[in-house]
Amino acid sequence: MIALDLALQRGEFALELTLTSPARALALFGHSGCGKTSTLLAIAGLLRPRCGRISIGGTLLFDSAAHVDVPPARRGLGVVFQEARLFPHLNVRENLRYGAPRAATAGTFDDVVQLLELAALLRRRPGQLSGGQARRVAIGRALLRQPHALLLDEPLANLHREARAEVLAHLLALKRQFGLTTILVSHQPDEVTALADQVARIEDGRLVALEGIDAFKAAVAIPAMPLDAPGVRATG
Amino acid sequence: MMPLSHAEVVALALTFKVSLVGVACSLPLAVGCAWLLARTRFFGKPVFEGLLLLPLILPPVVTGYILLIVFGHHGPVGQWLDAIGLSIAFRWTGAALAAAVMAFPLLVVALRNAFESVDRKLEHAAATLGAGPWRIFFSITLPLSLRGLVAGLALAFARAFGEFGATITFVSSIPGQTRTLPIALYELISTPGGEGGALRLTLVAVGVALAAGMLAALMLLRGGARNVAGEA
Repeated sequence: MIALDLALQRGEFALELTLTSPARALALFGHSGCGKTSTLLAIAGLLRPRCGRISIGGTLLFDSAAHVDVPPARRGLGVVFQEARLFPHLNVRENLRYGAPRAATAGTFDDVVQLLELAALLRRRPGQLSGGQARRVAIGRALLRQPHALLLDEPLANLHREARAEVLAHLLALKRQFGLTTILVSHQPDEVTALADQVARIEDGRLVALEGIDAFKAAVAIPAMPLDAPGVRATG
Repeated sequence: MMPLSHAEVVALALTFKVSLVGVACSLPLAVGCAWLLARTRFFGKPVFEGLLLLPLILPPVVTGYILLIVFGHHGPVGQWLDAIGLSIAFRWTGAALAAAVMAFPLLVVALRNAFESVDRKLEHAAATLGAGPWRIFFSITLPLSLRGLVAGLALAFARAFGEFGATITFVSSIPGQTRTLPIALYELISTPGGEGGALRLTLVAVGVALAAGMLAALMLLRGGARNVAGEA
């Protein structure tokens, strides 16, 4: 269960959002500047709401009334940012291991490396990766944190067509294998329909609709899926 | 040209020791102050910043005199240090303190710039991966500031190496204890027949300053655009 009730101010922009969703994968959808990334940052603990309450999967992360504000490091979330944010002085293996709990087994590491096809990249520095590879490493790094929920900020943005297909295929595999509670921020309808179970449409910092994928498809004109990966839609 | 005399070698070795110890001692405090300036906001920050830069702005003799008042045999801290057997007035440790104080602002400025050049988004990413403030600092901020740190250390070392006014005011000129290269040079210039020695020490001072400046420039030139959270 994803329960958000938050109000925050960023300069002139005001965000007021209240929603409760039972979805395993919820998309926050809207145009640039509507407040979806601010919402994600607030959930991650990187932006402090003026007031409200944030609870993911029954874990209370923020409650202004109860003076609860769990630090980002202890929220137990895996966050994949739009710009991969890999640590440039560490190689891929070190980036992947950065957030892994000490008790994490080698098997978990190998599973994630295999799932995201990162074995050949482990010795490389982030500067030697393509955009799609960097995004996959960022996803793997977030997964190895062993989070109770995953936050994805525009995971396919700024990638060329082949890289989009590559990353999307891996996100779908991840969804099948891990079944994590996921909050996805996107302004791409095709991305939302492929990855989410429910969609919160946001405009100007307000919730316009909370709807299932079929209702979302009916409400938003979905462009033809610009992806080449065969079976991508079917597996979603 | 004749090789360095014994007295010149002693002065040179003492200057290296005083500069290295001085810079090493000021480093932890400089790191803390630079981080505060780069990463926090607090009431009175401009005043704090101004105080940190004072040794750079004040006439060095004034700084030396303040050190003498505070750390001299009759000063509040000096008396206490004397009581526990750690007297620093008129000793090489006093010269190292003067070097530390004079080099401190350069170190703070260089480190502050280095910390500010590290993209905070990387620190935020580290936080979401479970890292607390100390781990973020030592595993992300500091390694990514390394070139700025080395540049700052080089400049601070050069500043400490050339320190004259505060040192001679605070700890005077005692051969083997406080007579550093600049003081020895000044005395050679003031002594008839000391021109040869003065020239030799001048060349050494220029060489050290040039090496430090080149190292700093190399670090600063090659350190750009590496610490940002780009696509990769």
